[in-house]
Amino acid sequence: MTRDALARSRDFDRRGAAWYMDRAVTLFVFVGGISAILFIVGIFAFIAREGFGFVFTEFDAGEFFGSIAWRPTSMIERTYGALALIVGTASITGLAMVVSIPFSLAAAVFIGEFARGRTRETLKVLVELLAAIPSVVWGFIGLSIMNPLIIDTFGVPIGLNVLNAGVILGLMAAPIMTTIAEDALKAVPDGYREAAEALGATRWQVIRKVVIPAARNGLVAAVLLGVGRGFGETMVVLMASGHAINLPDSVFDSVRALTATIAAELGETAVGSEHYQALFTLGILLFAVTFAINLTADVIVRGIRRKGR
Amino acid sequence: MAESTAAPRPAAIATRGLNLWYGDFQALFDVNLDVRQGIITSLIGPSGCGKSTLLRSCNRINERLGYVRTTGSIEILGQDIYAPEVELVQVRKQVGMVFQRPNPLPLSIRDNISFGHRLHARGQRVSRARREELVEDALRKVLLWDSVKDRLDDPAIELSLEEQQKLCIARLLPVKPAVLLMDEPCSALDPKGTEAVEELIWELRGEFTILIVTHNMAQARRASEETVFMLIGKVIEHGLTEDVFLNPQHRQTADYIEGRYG
Repeated sequence: MTRDALARSRDFDRRGAAWYMDRAVTLFVFVGGISAILFIVGIFAFIAREGFGFVFTEFDAGEFFGSIAWRPTSMIERTYGALALIVGTASITGLAMVVSIPFSLAAAVFIGEFARGRTRETLKVLVELLAAIPSVVWGFIGLSIMNPLIIDTFGVPIGLNVLNAGVILGLMAAPIMTTIAEDALKAVPDGYREAAEALGATRWQVIRKVVIPAARNGLVAAVLLGVGRGFGETMVVLMASGHAINLPDSVFDSVRALTATIAAELGETAVGSEHYQALFTLGILLFAVTFAINLTADVIVRGIRRKGR
Repeated sequence: MAESTAAPRPAAIATRGLNLWYGDFQALFDVNLDVRQGIITSLIGPSGCGKSTLLRSCNRINERLGYVRTTGSIEILGQDIYAPEVELVQVRKQVGMVFQRPNPLPLSIRDNISFGHRLHARGQRVSRARREELVEDALRKVLLWDSVKDRLDDPAIELSLEEQQKLCIARLLPVKPAVLLMDEPCSALDPKGTEAVEELIWELRGEFTILIVTHNMAQARRASEETVFMLIGKVIEHGLTEDVFLNPQHRQTADYIEGRYG
């Protein structure tokens, strides 16, 4: 008997259902994993194709970054100055971070280091539930609760402004930041805490001198993810910011954000028109900035990891 | 409990009627133990007999778990550490601890050594030179100075396990504790590391009262002056190490030492 025949006679080449299952699952998870790359490339290609027509013809960098005149539908002279939109997004995101960073880091430290047993589990579930509230609901809160509250409290004529959108956005970003920051704290080996406590450190000293430094990577990631979230958020800033093209002098001024502009105007434009392409150019800008934030986060985190370990 | 036959030195650790529960599970039963000052006492017994629990009661690190209940008292140098007015920080200043797995903090070698000292020297001005001196003294004492003196700013986690464990002992020294608790300090080390750390512990005898939990009978025998044998949460026998090993007073001790269980 030849070796082949021997093998066949003993069924060594038989492929059972498990073999096919294994192949199918391998293929499926491969597609799932690789799809992230396809999507990111595809989205970028799409935005670029729609926007680059404008970028290479009408685009005037001086006007785009230097002027606040966003008049895409003007009959006399159409201008595309995005400065006010950029400042609007930046001011709202900035205020949101001022609100959410201390708030969510404190929440993460409480849940991770102080709360025990049932309190801790309940809080974690609630925070995750908060993270799942749709942004349009936050927008409602901005419109119908924060708006009159700001008018009454500060005596200003309008409550839809940087303060309103920033606070709402901050509250909205906080649960996600809290969850990620708490995961980072939880990943700190308990042996560190025990060692520091046995040396006589109080709970606060343990947190400040050992746990937070050890969790630094994850905390930086949490904050940057929050920034990215704030930057790209649309519905809240559309509903709560006042949506007025304006360079704000104070937090009580209304502004308009990049994302809100795209959301509000894209449906009204003719596909392929100058205005349509200009909105996609805003999209390219958003994409580039978010990409830069994430890349920075990655570089920082890696850098820290290599150095501090 | 057997009356100790040891020489009458004053007790550094004295437990009286110590009972301890983890939730509903009672882990220690009426433990009355005098650990004498300035010597090495080893705590032996099969897994789950409560020796680590007893050790971890002596600096109240047990309480981190949250569901631990203790009755009775433990006096360290005559002061009941379970008295209501006692500050944990002060207890831990007097009682240093070395853990089973070396657990250097995620800091540089230098900062690991000065960590405890910084905690307890709050409010006082400590000069840089003084601090450097403390670091050097501590590292010299654990025979680590020569191998790390040129890389004090490197992360302590880069050291070998043996060096890490020595570092964990060294970082206790600047705090100047009276008692050192050691929870199987050599169990994560290779034989060479074990020998080196054991030698180090032996060197520290006299200056500190050392209570060491070990699974390793040979280690207890060669590296301690008195031995305590525990079984199911109770102290069965306590005496000079050679007496406990050569001439145990209790059947259970003899059985354990001969390896019939454990």
